[in-house]
Amino acid sequence: MPDYSIIIQNISKSYGQVKALTDVSFQVEHSEIFGLIGPDGAGKTTLFRILTSLLIPDSGVATVEGFDVVKSYKQIRQITGYMPGRFSLYYDLTVEENLNFFATIFGTTIEENYHLIRDIYVQIEPFKKRRAGNLSGGMKQKLALSCALIHKPKVLVLDEPTTGVDAVSRKEFWEMLAKLKEQDITIIVSTPYMDEASLCDHVALIQKGKIMTIDTPAKIIEAYPDPLYKVSGPNMFNLLNQLRNFPKAKSAHRFGDSIHVAMKGDFGQAEIEDFTKEKGHEEIQVKPVNATIEDSFMALMNTNNDK
Amino acid sequence: MRTIGIIIRKEFIQIFRDKTMLPIIIVMPFVQLLVLVFAATFEMKQINMVIVDQDQSASSRRLISKFEGSPFFTIDGSTFSDEQANDELLAGRSDIILKIPNGFEKNLVSGEVSDVQLLVNAINATVAGLTNAYSNYVIADFNKQMISENVNIIQPVKLKSVDVTYSYWYNPELNYKIYMLPGILVILITIIGAFLAALNIVREKEMGTIEQINVTPVQKFQFITGKLVPFWIIAMFELGFGLTLGKIIFDIPIVGNLGVLFGFAGVYLLVALGLGLLVSTMASTQQQVMFIIFFFLLTFIMMSGIFTPVESMPDWAQKVNIINPFAYFMRVIRMVLLKGSGFRDISREFFSLLIYAAIILSLAVWRYRKTA
Repeated sequence: MPDYSIIIQNISKSYGQVKALTDVSFQVEHSEIFGLIGPDGAGKTTLFRILTSLLIPDSGVATVEGFDVVKSYKQIRQITGYMPGRFSLYYDLTVEENLNFFATIFGTTIEENYHLIRDIYVQIEPFKKRRAGNLSGGMKQKLALSCALIHKPKVLVLDEPTTGVDAVSRKEFWEMLAKLKEQDITIIVSTPYMDEASLCDHVALIQKGKIMTIDTPAKIIEAYPDPLYKVSGPNMFNLLNQLRNFPKAKSAHRFGDSIHVAMKGDFGQAEIEDFTKEKGHEEIQVKPVNATIEDSFMALMNTNNDK
Repeated sequence: MRTIGIIIRKEFIQIFRDKTMLPIIIVMPFVQLLVLVFAATFEMKQINMVIVDQDQSASSRRLISKFEGSPFFTIDGSTFSDEQANDELLAGRSDIILKIPNGFEKNLVSGEVSDVQLLVNAINATVAGLTNAYSNYVIADFNKQMISENVNIIQPVKLKSVDVTYSYWYNPELNYKIYMLPGILVILITIIGAFLAALNIVREKEMGTIEQINVTPVQKFQFITGKLVPFWIIAMFELGFGLTLGKIIFDIPIVGNLGVLFGFAGVYLLVALGLGLLVSTMASTQQQVMFIIFFFLLTFIMMSGIFTPVESMPDWAQKVNIINPFAYFMRVIRMVLLKGSGFRDISREFFSLLIYAAIILSLAVWRYRKTA
């Protein structure tokens, strides 16, 4: 067994003039959840399409469970389960027919691997005679996951599985992934949602086709360089604009119902309070806060852009 | 085999779940056969004729009454003025002018040559040709009578003349319906088969479902076979259905062996569907497929000899027909149905199409890419 489940070395891919991926390298360990976090157009889907043998990279090597994605694409297709970002099961087939179709194509049956999908499938089983096109977003996603799992893949590639899914279903979905991990399945998942990053074992932050950092979520947060403060008050819009131009602050961005302000050097809470008072704000609350993945991502994005 | 089986099953489920599909399969043959066979006929029923009778004699009236008696001609005006008659022709109100000059009878009785003039509207060359032929036939008939009558006056002995009688083999009554119906059947099964097959793969591309198929271990030939077989079966059913309708409604002769016909149709459909699938693997939207297939279909149908005999096409056109699957089947279906040709008579076409099918299907499998 190779040391890593997925090894990506110096992968580059361009579409004409547009560079989708530039010199991407990282490894994914066995049976872990690896998160690929980045905004739309960062190159996540391109990377996944390369991993699932749908695209051939311009340069670089990638292996999945020891199989080269270009040379051994036949093996790759046997051992990977892929859930594309767009729902791509047959709308006019029922839930059961879709599942049976993909099971048969992979040379297996629903019964044989039922244990893998049971937890997910029981939730959509009451609707098994319903056509896939008539399912809700959350149910579609569960069906797609079932179909991607039905052949007992070693590696599961999930492209933005929770985009367009309600908050409750998103939470359920991540619980399911955690269970699958225990079944010795390596999961590589992309998402634009920063809050999901902390549920992964490792995350890679990707932007404009380049990997900015790879680590455990805890370490990425730990590495956050600056003192961070949470600021909230009644006139958020003006406050945000003024804080962005605050010379002692490094950056300020909206975070839910408050603003996260990163300060330069030794500046701290007192300076923010003085500044806001000076600008005529009242009832301003300022307190130190721990960085999140999103803060780290923002910080990395800024340093990357400055370069 | 199980993989191909499940793809075929899936296609059939999808086809019959599509609400527009069954009407297309059942209603289209009815409409095409009922409408097109009656409409696409070469028979001329109503030729509008304007008479310019400047002779006004017994003989001229006799000639006119011969035209009146013909079921093909309708006399819808008579005038003395050439211009007025020309105007009628130019305005498109009449198809032909019959001009009988002054002195027509006099010349006829005195044994000299007498002329009549026919002016035919030749906007549509086919119509003009037929009109001309019918008119000449009427005039020739008139001629024969005049000669025999006038000669009889002088010579009491009955004149013996060579009487030509025609016998049209394979279609004794020159019934155009019998001629057209097999051709329309060919178009019908091709449209149903090729279009449906071609739109199918590209639809999977548009829906994104092909993405999910492509990451599975399905092999290319399995996928193409799975797409081919359902539409092949539907098209074969369509042929049987169309033939049954033809037999019941038009009583078309089925002289030859149906086994030979269906065997040939089977190979023909491999080519037609193969072409559809090939286009489908190359195109990325249904719109592109529609335009490309429509272009080929139109060109191939026109050149296939459904309306005009292939033999009268220029040499290069006949050469182009080597790659026109329509031309093969158009010839063979008429040979088998009307003439009763056996396998030996059509073996050249059969094996040509077999090779054609092998090439096209290999191309389709080769061109279908699981990787972008």
